[in-house]
Amino acid sequence: MALYDLDRIEFAYGPKTVIDDLSLTIEEGHFYGIIGPNGSGKSTLIDLLAGHLRTHTGRIMFDGRALAAYSRKDLARRIALVPQDFRINFPYTCREIVMMGRYPHIPRFARPGADDLAIVDSIFEEADLLGFENRPVNQLSGGERQRVIFARSLAQATDVLLLDEATSNLDMRHTVQLLNLASRRVNAHTTVIAVLQDVNLAAMYCDRLICMRKGQIFASGSLESVLNPETLKTVFKIDARVLPSAFTGSLQVSFSKAVRP
Amino acid sequence: MTEKKKTTLTVRRGRRLPLMGVVVIMAALLVAVIVISTGSGFVRIPFLDVARIIAAQVTGLEGLVARLDPLVPVVVMDIRLPRILTAALVGSGLAISGAVFQGILLNPLADPYTLGVSAGAAFGASVALLINFTLLGPWSVPAFAFCGALATLMAVIYLTASSGDFSSGALILSGIIVAAILSAGVSFIKYLADEQVGIIIFWLMGSFASKTWAEVGLTATAVIPGLIVFLFFSRDLNLLALGSRTAGSLGVAPRKISLTLLVVASLISAVCVAVSGIIGFVGLLVPHMVRFITGPDNRRLLPVSALVGAILLLAADTVTRAVLPQEVPIGVITALIGGPVFCYIYRKRQTREVR
Repeated sequence: MALYDLDRIEFAYGPKTVIDDLSLTIEEGHFYGIIGPNGSGKSTLIDLLAGHLRTHTGRIMFDGRALAAYSRKDLARRIALVPQDFRINFPYTCREIVMMGRYPHIPRFARPGADDLAIVDSIFEEADLLGFENRPVNQLSGGERQRVIFARSLAQATDVLLLDEATSNLDMRHTVQLLNLASRRVNAHTTVIAVLQDVNLAAMYCDRLICMRKGQIFASGSLESVLNPETLKTVFKIDARVLPSAFTGSLQVSFSKAVRP
Repeated sequence: MTEKKKTTLTVRRGRRLPLMGVVVIMAALLVAVIVISTGSGFVRIPFLDVARIIAAQVTGLEGLVARLDPLVPVVVMDIRLPRILTAALVGSGLAISGAVFQGILLNPLADPYTLGVSAGAAFGASVALLINFTLLGPWSVPAFAFCGALATLMAVIYLTASSGDFSSGALILSGIIVAAILSAGVSFIKYLADEQVGIIIFWLMGSFASKTWAEVGLTATAVIPGLIVFLFFSRDLNLLALGSRTAGSLGVAPRKISLTLLVVASLISAVCVAVSGIIGFVGLLVPHMVRFITGPDNRRLLPVSALVGAILLLAADTVTRAVLPQEVPIGVITALIGGPVFCYIYRKRQTREVR
């Protein structure tokens, strides 16, 4: 059974239609990449999948039930979201931030249990953040902060991990490190859906690709079926070659400098 | 391996003091300040007598105060305690609503007045004083101030909502616009007021003089339930610091929580302003200082801010009432002390963050 089933959904900010008659199914246990030009509705689609925005028409089924029928609390236990970089103005320690990922699992007035503490500890180690525990998050660099925010989403321990350009602030090493962590979570029960600007990163990590244009799905399916010069030419208006790379072990894209009208 | 275990252990303990300890110490300090303040003034009253009078009032045992000058219990119960409790409650109310405004507006420099609530209250009070409205007796000016504050809040929320977004930036901008218009209105009223202008200026500077048990009751009915609401939503308020999208994905309805807390915080500050006039810097400074002790977690910040706000404003009011040779308006005292303290903290923070 499909994890997500989107049936002819539409969404608009005021008069501006952003998602236009879009249908899509997402299956469990894959690393999905969403690519598309700026303004093609990628972030809005992520917000709709997270339940943060509600569709105007059409419906989204999640795990056999209408997404809108889930309580926010239930969704928070099943879907985590890592947004684009966001400045935090208060001196929370990194440990406090990561612990916020456990809030949906802890009753309102209860203290974190031993398992919550153990999960947070192991995530600091896994995410290469040892030594950051007591540092105030408002004094970190953008990249460090983004890694802490990502660690927070891992602590949430959800079935679905939504990444909205989560690596846009990171250097190459930390980008690879973060996507490795996400990739390691993908298994029979965990699904990652990532908006990526860099098609080469998408090619390295995703096994399924969703290519958006003007609020609609232009193409979706396996990486190999979507990532080809024709798609890139139509959607991004650039000339590109897509060739398997022995070095990365995946398809890699190279562009020409020429910009199509 | 053992070394690693050690580091996680110290990390777990963290660098924050235990909340219960801080609350108990601050509560004891507040009681001490209340007792000292009740004893000091034009008529000095020994602490033991203060305790006796309060005990007599609570238990109804007249024997406890039989030996005392009959005037002393009157001074304590009818003059000093109402003023002292009003000052403490207003201090609490301004401090917790300040902390909540800072949390909603994602800005540690916001205060209960950022959204123009004080400008609205000042405008309302000025109108009441200008037209010499006395229909509600002693409640005439506070009633107008309260209505002014609420109308301002509604205007700000309306302006923000019509921008399509409910973000902190939109709220702050709407607040500044509305406050600027109202300040011009207050200036115009002062210009029109002729001989009333002195009364308006005195009201605007804030005072706890001649407060009664009615004001204690009114402030308490706003501040105490308000604090309970804030504590209930304090964990959700923490999540708002991560931005509304992330907060939403962690199980919080960001818009609903912001609006609820915004309305409750504004009600508290409107009541505080209506009762005591405009007292600046408490709402800005107290949460800021308390964060040094408790950290930014609102579950710890809010209860401690409530106590520290009460202690500081009561201490300031006691200084102006009982220590200074002539009573200076409390709003002037808080601004004169709070302003420089704030500049110092702000400057220190800036230099630390530049690194």
